[in-house]
Amino acid sequence: MSSDFWILLTAILMSASCGLLGCFLILRKMALIGDAISHAVLPGIAIAFLFSGGRDSVAMMIGATLLGLLSVFLIQWLRSSGVQSDASIGIIFTALFAVGVIIVSLNARNIDLDLDCVLFGEIAYVQWDTWTWNGTDMGPRSVWMLGFALMAVVILLMLFYKQFKLTAFDPALAAACGIPVMLFHYMLMGLVSMTSVASFESVGAILVVGMLIIPAATAYLWTDRLGMMLLYSVVAGIASSVLGYGAAYVWNASIGGSIVTTAGVLFVLTFLLSPRHGLLLRKWRQRRLAA
Amino acid sequence: MKSFTTTHSSDPMSAPQSVDNGKQPQNKLQQHHKLSTNIEDSPLQVQGLTVTYQHQPVVQQVSFSLAEGRLIGLLGPNGAGKSTLLKAILGLIPSLSGQVKVFGKPYESQRRRIGYVPQRESVDWDFPTDALDVVLMGTYGRLGLFRRPGKNERQTALHCLDQVGMADYAGRQISQLSGGQQQRVFLARALAQQADLYLMDEPFAGVDALTEKAIITLLEQMKQQGKTVLVVHHDLSTVQAYFDDVLLLNRQLIAGGAVEHTFTPELLQQTYGGKMAFLQGNDQQGILLAGK
Repeated sequence: MSSDFWILLTAILMSASCGLLGCFLILRKMALIGDAISHAVLPGIAIAFLFSGGRDSVAMMIGATLLGLLSVFLIQWLRSSGVQSDASIGIIFTALFAVGVIIVSLNARNIDLDLDCVLFGEIAYVQWDTWTWNGTDMGPRSVWMLGFALMAVVILLMLFYKQFKLTAFDPALAAACGIPVMLFHYMLMGLVSMTSVASFESVGAILVVGMLIIPAATAYLWTDRLGMMLLYSVVAGIASSVLGYGAAYVWNASIGGSIVTTAGVLFVLTFLLSPRHGLLLRKWRQRRLAA
Repeated sequence: MKSFTTTHSSDPMSAPQSVDNGKQPQNKLQQHHKLSTNIEDSPLQVQGLTVTYQHQPVVQQVSFSLAEGRLIGLLGPNGAGKSTLLKAILGLIPSLSGQVKVFGKPYESQRRRIGYVPQRESVDWDFPTDALDVVLMGTYGRLGLFRRPGKNERQTALHCLDQVGMADYAGRQISQLSGGQQQRVFLARALAQQADLYLMDEPFAGVDALTEKAIITLLEQMKQQGKTVLVVHHDLSTVQAYFDDVLLLNRQLIAGGAVEHTFTPELLQQTYGGKMAFLQGNDQQGILLAGK
């Protein structure tokens, strides 16, 4: 199968998971937590690498998810001990990320993990990094990991839609109703960690944040309904992937960079033109009122 | 007037249960601040509740029990711990010590009988949802783990919106509602919880006169249906008109009981300290101005 197909499929799967989770991060005002997690998973990946002695997807998934949850837990602990919320996030994610960088650099000879790849991703090579199971070539590993992450996200969001919604809108009422608010908090964080590690190789740690936040922020301006916001966020993410890949192809530029830049352009266009919240329309209305 | 005692003013740590219960049956109020005649089936019984924040006590040794089918005002100056008390009762924040029983059973087993109205500012009204959907959230508690709100729940939610006069706004994005309308939506959501005991955190805050009237009418109706409603309230000028009982809180419970016996200048002075002035009305009932 052509490499274009695999690259696009990888990007689309990644945008879909990030788009769905990003909506809840934005609505819970936790965009920065997504940033923190996507960086803090690095030591988890590196440690999994050391222990499994190779690119074992399952070990990486587990290691990174645990580290993601640990970082969320540490952030919350610092916060409740009186450290300011934004400072706690800054401390934990940079410190954990740096630990990851050290582990990777110390073991550069033993492990086949490229820092550049971790940071910026190399989606162009997904096709050649395949998963072999029982001696059979099962196709690109990234597609499997992202597919699994997306499946987990969709199933859990469908099963517990009302819980996720209520804990995002009114956690006090949710707790009063007996919904285990913290459980759903960590479930969401676990999903973000899983999606981050699965997206690592395609767009890299830095750009995952962009795909978590930008399409969701765009969708927020398009609609007043949570269900539609989730849908639009996925659509915006997929559109960014397809258009971004096209742009990268035409200009021979970084694919990950082009995808997130396209997401950024979509957001700016929406911000200016959206019928409800658009800047231009608001100005025009003000002018009409003044006249 | 002699009959009320304030348990904690002299010795804050004294155990409230050591008091002679039942000696003066005509008094609603005893040292336990017992607003209920029968503690066993009291809608809400709180015993020795203490909440600390960073090792500072915010609410200290609060004990009371409510009587069924009454409107109760929870009064006290800013920072007295009124919201904290509600949240601790609901288990939203951890309490250091104390016991909460709802209709004679531990709180956890009675969640569905309790409705909660948080402060309006506690949620983000830019959340992408409409009024009907917010009211529907009131039904989530009884839907269990996986069930989604269906036709029945939508019917209930619409009916509840109608009861607060907001039926025409069901499809309205919540950020496009006025403050008073948002508060009504919150009340409709509480109605949709179909509870027996309601805890409301400042439902009258920042609403216009019309909404205030609508809300108090609704509370009266709820009372007539036998529901018990505990309301955090700020406006002392309306206390006598609105409530049957009051609880006076300033970190400790200063007093609790029927409005006519408890809402008195002396006890209010104790609760609010030097922050208040009294204007004596014609009927010899104090009209009060609270220093904000």
